[in-house]
Amino acid sequence: MSGEHRIGVFVCECGGNIGDVVDVPRVVEAVKGLEGVVYARRERYLCSKPSIARIREAIRRRGLNRVVLACCTPKMHRETFRTNIEEEGLNPQFLEIVNIREQCSWVHGDDPEGATQKALDLIRGAVERTKWSVALEAGEMEVTPAVLVIGGGVAGITASLRLAEYGLKVYLVEREPSIGGHMIKYPKVFPTLDCSQCILTPKMASVSQNRNIELLTYAEVRGITGVPGDFHVRVFLKPRGVNVEECIGCGTCSRVCPVETVDDYNEGLGKRKAAYIPFPQAVPSAYTIDFEACTRCGRCVEACPRGAIDLEDRGKEVELKVGAIILATGFQLYDMTRLPQYGYGKYPNVITSLQMERILDVTGPTGSRLIVPATGREVRSVAFILCAGSRDTEVGVPYCSRVCCLYAMKEAELLRDRGVEVWIHYIDIRAPGRRYEEFYRAAQEKGVHFVKGKVTEIIPEGDRALVRGEDMMLNAIIENPVDLVVLCPPIVTGEETLRLAEMLKVPVDEDQFVLERHPKLDPVATKRDGVFACGMVIGPKDIQSTTAEAEAAAMKAVNFLSRARRVEPNKAFLIDEDLCDGCGRCVEICPEGAITLEGGKAVINEVVCSGCGACIPECPREALDQHGLSEEQLKAQIRGILEGSEAEIKILAFLEETVVYTAADLAGLARLSYPSSIRILPLPSMSRLKMSHLLYAFAHGADGIMMLEAPEKEGPYGRAHVISEERAEEYQYEIEDHDVDGFRLWYSKVFVPDWRKLEKIFRTYDTLIRDEGPLDQEVREALLEELGEGPS
Amino acid sequence: MSTLLAGRVIRISERNGRFSERVKALSGEEIDLCFQCGGCSSACPMTSQMDLLPSKVMRLVQLGEEAVLKSRTPWICSTCFNCAARCPRGIDIANVMEALRQMLLRSKFDHLKLETVGREELREIPPIALISSLRKFTS
Ligand SMILES: Cc1cc2nc3c(=O)[nH]c(=O)nc-3n(C[C@H](O)[C@H](O)[C@H](O)COP(=O)(O)OP(=O)(O)OC[C@H]3O[C@@H](n4cnc5c(N)ncnc54)[C@H](O)[C@@H]3O)c2cc1C
Ligand code: SF4
Ligand code: SF4
Ligand code: SF4
Repeated sequence: MSGEHRIGVFVCECGGNIGDVVDVPRVVEAVKGLEGVVYARRERYLCSKPSIARIREAIRRRGLNRVVLACCTPKMHRETFRTNIEEEGLNPQFLEIVNIREQCSWVHGDDPEGATQKALDLIRGAVERTKWSVALEAGEMEVTPAVLVIGGGVAGITASLRLAEYGLKVYLVEREPSIGGHMIKYPKVFPTLDCSQCILTPKMASVSQNRNIELLTYAEVRGITGVPGDFHVRVFLKPRGVNVEECIGCGTCSRVCPVETVDDYNEGLGKRKAAYIPFPQAVPSAYTIDFEACTRCGRCVEACPRGAIDLEDRGKEVELKVGAIILATGFQLYDMTRLPQYGYGKYPNVITSLQMERILDVTGPTGSRLIVPATGREVRSVAFILCAGSRDTEVGVPYCSRVCCLYAMKEAELLRDRGVEVWIHYIDIRAPGRRYEEFYRAAQEKGVHFVKGKVTEIIPEGDRALVRGEDMMLNAIIENPVDLVVLCPPIVTGEETLRLAEMLKVPVDEDQFVLERHPKLDPVATKRDGVFACGMVIGPKDIQSTTAEAEAAAMKAVNFLSRARRVEPNKAFLIDEDLCDGCGRCVEICPEGAITLEGGKAVINEVVCSGCGACIPECPREALDQHGLSEEQLKAQIRGILEGSEAEIKILAFLEETVVYTAADLAGLARLSYPSSIRILPLPSMSRLKMSHLLYAFAHGADGIMMLEAPEKEGPYGRAHVISEERAEEYQYEIEDHDVDGFRLWYSKVFVPDWRKLEKIFRTYDTLIRDEGPLDQEVREALLEELGEGPS
Repeated sequence: MSTLLAGRVIRISERNGRFSERVKALSGEEIDLCFQCGGCSSACPMTSQMDLLPSKVMRLVQLGEEAVLKSRTPWICSTCFNCAARCPRGIDIANVMEALRQMLLRSKFDHLKLETVGREELREIPPIALISSLRKFTS
């Protein structure tokens, strides 16, 4: 504590919302007696203009240097109060808001005495805490006005064009020799049945012509460092054998090349040369040497009129600096050989939907003839198997792949146009969305047969494949021998994307799709600042939704890079270099990867640190602390809330401040009622708590302590929540070593929708502690001594 | 309900396609549009007498399953057109019923055999009913 504290406290009655329960005049009188408080006042509506004017005046006239406001939840008016005291020249750190409405009057309506006592305790906590506050300034960081887009499918193409149009520098990295993704492989697209290549190739050409876009094809991202706003990306340009700038796309190399290999662009149907271009309209319009197949005969080198070929190409690495990243790496189909019951890879006349797309393409591997690719046999009947692995919690994937119903109908219609009998075996036809029901109807009009019932097995029958399944409409079994079976496999995320997500530190969900920052309200941002995602990489969807997401992601990136980034001051810091012995435990634990060791000392990157506080308890030498939530501040608040309280039972409830705190506010809003023994102290994450904080609280009067954490995917601090769970378990054992029973520490996770349950949790715990009685005075004294505070 | 369906195996062959096409041609209805919502059956006043619900008749016709001709349902159908009024796909199911009856009648099949009608009954049935039944139910 330093300097003279001139603390002003304002207690709001909120009309009768607070005043009808809490005895505000009594609280104000009691507060006046607290050390450091030079001014205390009751207000009818603290958020009203006259009240705010009075706060400002008091700061000016009475020379207040700390302001404590006891009113509604800080989520309501914190910003207003903050700006006003800032305008009076007070640093925002010197403002404390105590929630005596949602956490006091609204939940203890039946216990005015308890509520009044608790209001006073909470205010005392804030008064004690504010004495330790120090002024802090938010930092600023310049951003790099460039964006890395990973994946050149329709999502990546759309996002790149939009960003370039805005004027940002774009690096578009695609692993294949050409951009275009899956869409370029389709002859037609649902629901309009327009020519896919006709609508996509102009966009691809714009990418190659746009000066703001640097296209890096046949490339992969190798590493990402730096911070949001200033990422450093290492990109490896795989050996391509052909100088893209020099190549004029004449195709001489391919003609002279003697080696044939599997054509992956055509989904493994048919062959191509080792010197190849995946498809004629490829962008960039340059050939590639497939070094896995190439025998290095050198004929192409001799033949190339431009001298563009280098068979010694080893690839090269480039480093890019960007401010934001858009992940658009799309999807792949589930490997159907893993579901042998469908006979894929075993029976020649079982193929995937993507292979069917290629067969239907006039430039496809069968030259637009409808034949079984492996046998050359003419195809006159086709059965599509929907949900071949989707919506199955036992094998395959549990979710719906969303596009299969529609593309199966699309392929079916194209087949009907050519006179083929088509059967679609489905569990449910899912065609919600604009123009989709109409598309379904059109398929029926064309005479596509629909059979409700899951097909689980394909049986070979001569040259044909027997599809056997239930017709659920009839309770009968259908046996249908067809020439070709088309499987509609699950849409899944590729291994490469998962590695990339790990590199980017963006979590994926249980279905392996990139997790949105918020699934409803922030669907194209990831959990990491500055990293956005669009298209199939965040879940199965059609081209229309993909494009909409790409536009949105581009907008988010523009927004993100539009101004210098504010760096909040709430960061962890190393108190003293000499204390740190370089053990590296903080480096290990930090969920953000914000800490590095430099010269054997921990260095915390202020921009990356999220302020979760997980590193602080980890340090065995107590060398770490946090700005805005220092050890002194935290302890002073704990002591203030507990010590001197007249309540019989005191339960200190630490609440995660984003999710759980909101749940507590909702419980208040709904006027649920829980015992006034519960005293809430918000923290960024429970991982900020040290064992010593708990002992400190017990020593100073807590009879029970609750740690209420946000569930992993809800809170903003990623793994910090997992860390706190593990620690709480240890703490429960450790407090027993200090003669405090394990049950005196409670840990659980609370979702926002759990707010009703919160009432029960609080009641249950209060009953438990009440039944067991307050903590022994002897134990408290022993703890005080142990903590070096002596008997109080 | 129906022994026509339970546990049956329907094996698809070109014959099935031909049968559906004939019913389509005779009825003039776009049978493929039926998506088995069941609306016709809920609207039908005669289902308690039927061995197949109207929607199941539609399904069997879609699949080209000739066993549908053995069903009593087309004969029970009173041609009240309730089904047609309710079908969300605009199919006139009663027309399909008529087509099925016609297919049998054209093969010299009589659903109503006068000789099996007793004297007593003959006296009680109004002559007009008898005549229209003969029109509808005999070849
Ligand atoms: C058989 C089938 C037919 C379909 N038909 C239609 C239709 O008719 N209409 C419709 O609206 N939707 C259709 N869809 C859905 C459509 O394919 C998707 O909506 C669309 O492709 C999603 O685009 P995307 O850019 O997110 O992904 P993708 O098309 O998969 O593109 C991703 C791109 O990223 C690249 N990439 C992947 N990993 C990396 C990496 N690590 N580094 C660099 N680059 C990488 C890929 O090579 C690819 O170019 C169909 C889907 C299937 C399976
Ligand atoms: S021969 Fe040379 S210029 Fe022609 S396509 Fe091949 S690499 Fe390109
Ligand atoms: S653990 Fe949390 S508080 Fe510590 S450096 Fe990492 S992000 Fe910051
Ligand atoms: S109402 Fe029409 S669509 Fe529905 S089951 Fe009957 S015929 Fe089919």
